[in-house]
Amino acid sequence: MAIELHPLDQFKIEPLIPIHIGGIDASFTNSALLMVITVAVASLVVIWGSRGRALVPSRWQSLAEISYEFIAGMIDDNVGHEGRAYFPFVFSLFMFIFFGNLLGLIPYGYTFTGQIIVTFAMAAVVFIGVTIIGIARHGWHFLSFFVPHGVPLVLLFLLVPIEILSYIIRPFTLSIRLFANMMAGHTMLAIFAGFIAPLLLAAGAIKVFAVVPLAVDILLIFLELLVAALQAYVFTILTCLYLRDAIHLH
Amino acid sequence: MNEREKNDPLREFGERLDKARAASQGPLGKAPDRPPSTGNALAFGWRVGIELVGAIVVAEFIGWAIDKGLGTRPWGMVVFFFLGVAAGMLNVYRAVAGMGGAVGFKQQPPAKAPPTKGAGWDEDDDD
Repeated sequence: MAIELHPLDQFKIEPLIPIHIGGIDASFTNSALLMVITVAVASLVVIWGSRGRALVPSRWQSLAEISYEFIAGMIDDNVGHEGRAYFPFVFSLFMFIFFGNLLGLIPYGYTFTGQIIVTFAMAAVVFIGVTIIGIARHGWHFLSFFVPHGVPLVLLFLLVPIEILSYIIRPFTLSIRLFANMMAGHTMLAIFAGFIAPLLLAAGAIKVFAVVPLAVDILLIFLELLVAALQAYVFTILTCLYLRDAIHLH
Repeated sequence: MNEREKNDPLREFGERLDKARAASQGPLGKAPDRPPSTGNALAFGWRVGIELVGAIVVAEFIGWAIDKGLGTRPWGMVVFFFLGVAAGMLNVYRAVAGMGGAVGFKQQPPAKAPPTKGAGWDEDDDD
């Protein structure tokens, strides 16, 4: 009996409630369901946590306070005080990615952060938003962003395209980083999990070796927990750094 | 156990907290500067890792699109390959030098992260 391995099947999008509006497939998918659950869980944690307002916080309150102070500190450190205006956006972004990554680790769940279109949509919102903030704050002066200071005129013809390019690639690197990490991790988990059943079905003493991929998977789960938190952190801190660029042009 | 006994350690804790907050600056009472933890270093590595590759991929795509539009094959891809390498290196260099994702040389590194430039190796990053 052959067991087929499909480690990439977990990323398949399956429509749960088919919705078609004017030829556009807007079905409610498993990915969308997990996003709704993520928003619900993240909101619940914060709302439930801020309910008690005790001096000595309960566990839930601690969780809400830690996440608040973490993001507030990150914005203070990386953007400065003007960045406080953007706290709600950055906080929502972090909570969405963080809980999305974590919920994706639950078996039979779905990792929507492993879809490049999802991460790219978030990165594009950050990129366009930051650019608009920069233009709104500095007007045409914003374009001086791309002109390096104190460089001979001849070199500017080379350097300005490089500067513009290094600005344009931001949403791509931002989205690829999160997507690639989540996708690679979950694929690896699935591949090693796929070794377990064939080994168990194998004849004789070979069965014992099923322990090896199981052990690898357990270790990988810990690694993936770390990656889930780190990638949410990296995405958020880069958002902060881009915000800082737009706010303090000079 | 009466009420005062229960409150005493709490008040002492509050005083210590106030003292600690007064010692650090900022309304939130930020944590004092710690040495970067392993988690931070790991996050930083991940941040930089994709920068170089991503820049080349995106630049090559732009070059390919220009070639397709203007029929200048293969020059768009050749030129944009080098531009992509330069842009990627620039981004990596800026991240490592403590300037974050900053574009433009006017950007000063934030006071928090001191630039960790190596001596001498950063001379040729912008050709």
